Amino acid sequence: MNSLIQRFAGSSSGIELQKRNATVVDDDGELSDVMWGSMAGFGSLAKGVPTFTVPSVPDPAAFLRLHTDDHADPSCRIKIQHGTTTLAFRYQGGVIVAVDSRATAGNYIASGTVKKVIEINPYLLGTMAGGAADCQFWETYLGMHCRLHELRNHERISVSAASKYLSNLVYSYKGMGLSMGTMICGWDKTGPAIFYVDSDGTRLRGDLFSVGSGSTFAYGVLDQGYRWDLTDEEAQELGRRSIYAAGHRDAFSGNSCNLYHVKERGWEFIGNYDINKLHYDGPGNGQGYGYEVRVEGKTSAVAA
Amino acid sequence: MSSFNPYTQNGGTILAIAGADFSVVAGDTRQSEGYNIQTRYAPKVFRLTDRAVLAVNGFAADGNMFVKKVKQRLEWYRHAHAKDMPLRSIARLIQTMLYSRRFFPYYVYNILGGIEEDGSGAVYSFDPVGSYERETCRAAGPAQSLLQPFLDNQIYFKNQQPAPGMSHPTHLPLQAVLALVIDSFTSATERHIEVGDGLEMYIILGKGRGLQGLEGVKGVQELTISEDGERIFVVRRELKKD
Repeated sequence: MNSLIQRFAGSSSGIELQKRNATVVDDDGELSDVMWGSMAGFGSLAKGVPTFTVPSVPDPAAFLRLHTDDHADPSCRIKIQHGTTTLAFRYQGGVIVAVDSRATAGNYIASGTVKKVIEINPYLLGTMAGGAADCQFWETYLGMHCRLHELRNHERISVSAASKYLSNLVYSYKGMGLSMGTMICGWDKTGPAIFYVDSDGTRLRGDLFSVGSGSTFAYGVLDQGYRWDLTDEEAQELGRRSIYAAGHRDAFSGNSCNLYHVKERGWEFIGNYDINKLHYDGPGNGQGYGYEVRVEGKTSAVAA
Repeated sequence: MSSFNPYTQNGGTILAIAGADFSVVAGDTRQSEGYNIQTRYAPKVFRLTDRAVLAVNGFAADGNMFVKKVKQRLEWYRHAHAKDMPLRSIARLIQTMLYSRRFFPYYVYNILGGIEEDGSGAVYSFDPVGSYERETCRAAGPAQSLLQPFLDNQIYFKNQQPAPGMSHPTHLPLQAVLALVIDSFTSATERHIEVGDGLEMYIILGKGRGLQGLEGVKGVQELTISEDGERIFVVRRELKKD
């Protein structure tokens, strides 16, 4: 165990990028003891920092851009999942995190059941927008480092420190083609906190954020309904209603809404709501959100 | 100067469905490049352990190399721990192996099927750079857009209303799943030029589960190595060759 901590001790946010001479190189690097064991599956992190195989071309980032689609060129072979609406806001009762669950590759809906809230640990949540693998991998990696912080300092990491760790990390890869727009949400000594972190290196503290192709639609509902003194029920409803609005108006968002509530004792999963069901039936207690429901039987309604 | 292009698309399609205590992973055996069929038998589905099967699709050379490396890591794990790696750990291993090539990706779509430690059937699907998710069913490859809507309808009962007083089952029996897989591939063969020639279906049965659902299936071959654990079978079928 000590050797494990040793391996990760010290400031290890520096990133080692291996550029090798051969065109096709071994991605596993040199053999170490850890490769034989489990390392929670993070065998590639045996040296404390991840190492990556890079093609031996003058401009590796241009190579990656040529072969993977980043919105602009949908004809590329390697499709990375895109398109999203995520939101998080801070209020009197904690943090509400709500996301949709659609992943698109070009016009094809690659999945309708994506988990876009990443459970970093019982006190921290991260959201997923941009490259699904980038968010999943680096936020899991962040979770490992949050645990190491706890072991070294006998204290939970603050949301501020965790988000800064992530932003420094992705900043060290700037220009290499990472794509992520994430909100790190949690509750620490200072109370509820949200930080927006993206792959450009931006890191912002704030009360209210929405990220993704459907964010403008979500902001529209969120901004007009937001107050600091929302009750828990009102806040959850606002999150759900905002994701519904984005799912309704943005073709790249939809399917279902995952809702989380971060409280002082950690986060809690509230539920999964089918957006089509929300349109007609609402969240289960009242009327559907769809405006057909609201104009039905009224004289102004256009006859079918 | 022409740019460095180490990738090609070799066609074919893979598919996996999880049941309550079993999992089925299938793939066709055609390998093509453009309109040329390179071979009528190139396996895309591989046994990893007695409870895990991996299907790969995309660029065949990358796929074969990737499977080779996963098998190597699983062998090292066996030497270190004197047991097979659990399915969920294999899934995480595959994520980190794919992501280590984030800047020079394997052009491979992976589907991992098998039995979890709790005995439930599971399917994990991956994108080329390692994002993954546990699902009940998933199709990947050029015929994905033909198969997935069919599976959504038949497995998740999407856009189907249950009869009054009835509800949809959460898991289908093995017999029904095998029938769906065979129909999926015969149909994809009819309408997609890159699918055909042969079908390989791997069936992973949970520990202590009987063979119900497999009786009467022609040409079942057992591939299990260890005793008293999960059991693996393969069924091979012909698909149209035109």
